[in-house]
Amino acid sequence: MHIAVCIKQVPDTKNVRIDPDTHTLVRQGVESIVNPFDLFAVEAALRLKDAKGAKITVITMGPPQAGEALRDVMSRGVDEAVLLSDRAFAGSDTWATSTTLAAAIRKMGDVDLILCGKQAIDGDTAQVGPEMATLLDIPYATFVKAIDILDTNHLKVARQTDEGAEVWKIPTPCLLTVIKEVGEPRLPSLRHKMRAKKAQIPTWGIADLGLEPESVGLSGSFTQVVRVFSPPVRDDRVILEGSVSEQVEQLYKLLKEAKVPGI
Amino acid sequence: MDYFLTEEQKMIQELAYQIAKEKIRPVKGELDEGEEFPWEIMKVLAQSDLFGLYIPEEFGGMGGGIFENCLAIEQLARECIGIATSFAASGLGAYPILLHGSTELKQEYLPQIASGERLAAFGLTESGAGSDVSGIQTTAVKDGNHYVLNGTKQWITNGGESEIYSVLAITDRTKGPRGATFFVLEKGDPGFSFGKKEKKLGIRASATRELVFQDCRIHKDRIIGREGTGFIAAMKTFDKSRPGIAALGVGLSQGALDISAEYARKRVQFGKPIISFQAIQHKLADMATKTEASRALVYSTARYMDTEPSDSSKVAAMCKLFAGDVAMQVSTEAVQILGGYGYMQDYPVEKMMRDAKILQIYEGTNEIQRNIIGQEVNKEYGRKKDTFF
Ligand SMILES: Cc1cc2nc3c(=O)[nH]c(=O)nc-3n(C[C@H](O)[C@H](O)[C@H](O)COP(=O)(O)OP(=O)(O)OC[C@H]3O[C@@H](n4cnc5c(N)ncnc54)[C@H](O)[C@@H]3O)c2cc1C
Repeated sequence: MHIAVCIKQVPDTKNVRIDPDTHTLVRQGVESIVNPFDLFAVEAALRLKDAKGAKITVITMGPPQAGEALRDVMSRGVDEAVLLSDRAFAGSDTWATSTTLAAAIRKMGDVDLILCGKQAIDGDTAQVGPEMATLLDIPYATFVKAIDILDTNHLKVARQTDEGAEVWKIPTPCLLTVIKEVGEPRLPSLRHKMRAKKAQIPTWGIADLGLEPESVGLSGSFTQVVRVFSPPVRDDRVILEGSVSEQVEQLYKLLKEAKVPGI
Repeated sequence: MDYFLTEEQKMIQELAYQIAKEKIRPVKGELDEGEEFPWEIMKVLAQSDLFGLYIPEEFGGMGGGIFENCLAIEQLARECIGIATSFAASGLGAYPILLHGSTELKQEYLPQIASGERLAAFGLTESGAGSDVSGIQTTAVKDGNHYVLNGTKQWITNGGESEIYSVLAITDRTKGPRGATFFVLEKGDPGFSFGKKEKKLGIRASATRELVFQDCRIHKDRIIGREGTGFIAAMKTFDKSRPGIAALGVGLSQGALDISAEYARKRVQFGKPIISFQAIQHKLADMATKTEASRALVYSTARYMDTEPSDSSKVAAMCKLFAGDVAMQVSTEAVQILGGYGYMQDYPVEKMMRDAKILQIYEGTNEIQRNIIGQEVNKEYGRKKDTFF
């Protein structure tokens, strides 16, 4: 089985501030990390590999520095990596990103399973996975918490929804976006770290992917970010205190006063 | 300070510190409080390849030496030397096999220890034999192709948790210093059981137990080296392992310094951060200087020892002595800098101070280290032709 994991390098949001004047992210001095949800996708791939054997290739679209994110996950046991990097990709929205990633999957040819995190912590759209599956015309499942291999061309996956868990039988090739329940991401090992450090990571640009300039980057994007702003701070909040039962009492009273239906 | 580490050595440091920060920091307090063996962390360390740093590649290790092992131990020790001791003690248990074992013994046990699949331990101390190793009473009597062990080892780190034990027993009392032999014992060998787990002042996440042998019969293939080489093997093992104990001290000192310096910059009294008081600054200056000095000594000793020199006992003892004493001093000062907060369990330095004390006791007390260094100095100067008088 060949598993492709799509990851994104993101600013470490634990340390991110928004500039109050320009409303943009203050990126200075902010470390880049692998999108935490993508580490669950990597872990899910590694667990399938541990159990049944697989080749895992990780791909990311980003500037050359994003190669660091690829080496990070290689140091956890991923076999190979591909960096999709080209000036033409700059300014991509989720559609242009999906177009580029899907082209890379097509070029790889033999991918049986694509794994993504449920969303990226910087954009929070959760769109790239499903869009990619649509472009590749393969089935997909989102918010997956468990994956089992049923037979050579079917997986059994459990999805977490607001209503409860759903268990699906899904044919391969397919795409899954995963949530943290798939398992805690492992740390690197020294052997893999040494291998990752030395690895030659191929970079594929627009020509390698056979894409037209109009379909990628800013020109291939349906959406553009016009303005970013911090929502105004709300000061009408009440913080309840006391024991749990006291808080419940107070909450009930407040909800009643607010005439919430059903209370 | 830049110690001109290789790419690979930097990776070891980075990886070990990542484990310390992400995995050890969140659980160390709980494990200490509950006196709970850190199995989860041992699994992470196993998966990270760090258990095999000093073991040759042909036996499943990473092919490094004492220095690489010290680098990893130091980083783990910045967070918790209870956990780091459990890690390091497996190395102590492995060394007799690595140094003196037959190829078969090495092939059998070293790959399991290198992968972290099984932990090792070292059984020497007995109730009547602490500093004076020659006082051991545990016997191994030959019976055809077997040996029968009887006796009790006490305070064995990883006792009950490890599956592989290097145990020293008397094989022929009449032969004195040539009368003891190391054997490999396995958890589950008939006649081999464990005493209760000790309650301790510090390193409470590490397990310390008795090993009890009652007519424990093992095949003679379990001998490490030749019969009668046990005391020499013990001394050689300590030479190899003492820099690792010193590295525990370096890491602990660094951890205590890091917390104290940050605290002193933030804690305001008399309208100023306490770091602006000279008394506090001088404490921090001494702590930083001693920590760096012990690191420099440990690194140079470990590097030197990896060249297999003949005079390793003295330098191994020096770094264990120095880094252990420094860790005790630095962690005590850390508590002082944090004042009442330092004394409280909600802050991490009281544990460091409790933990540091063991570094002056196990693997030979610091008095014994001074004895070794003193004897070596005496011998060295006895050989000198140059004279001042
Ligand atoms: C937590 C812990 C873990 C341990 N783990 C292990 C282990 O894994 N394996 C193992 O085999 N052992 C282990 N030990 C045992 C440890 O190595 C001994 O405790 C140590 O060697 C000291 O022996 P003792 O406690 O009997 O002290 P003693 O030898 O009785 O010493 C008492 C005091 O007298 C001093 N003293 C003794 N002789 C001299 C001398 N000739 N000159 C000057 N001063 C002297 C000592 O320095 C000490 O201050 C462990 C001990 C502890 C506490």
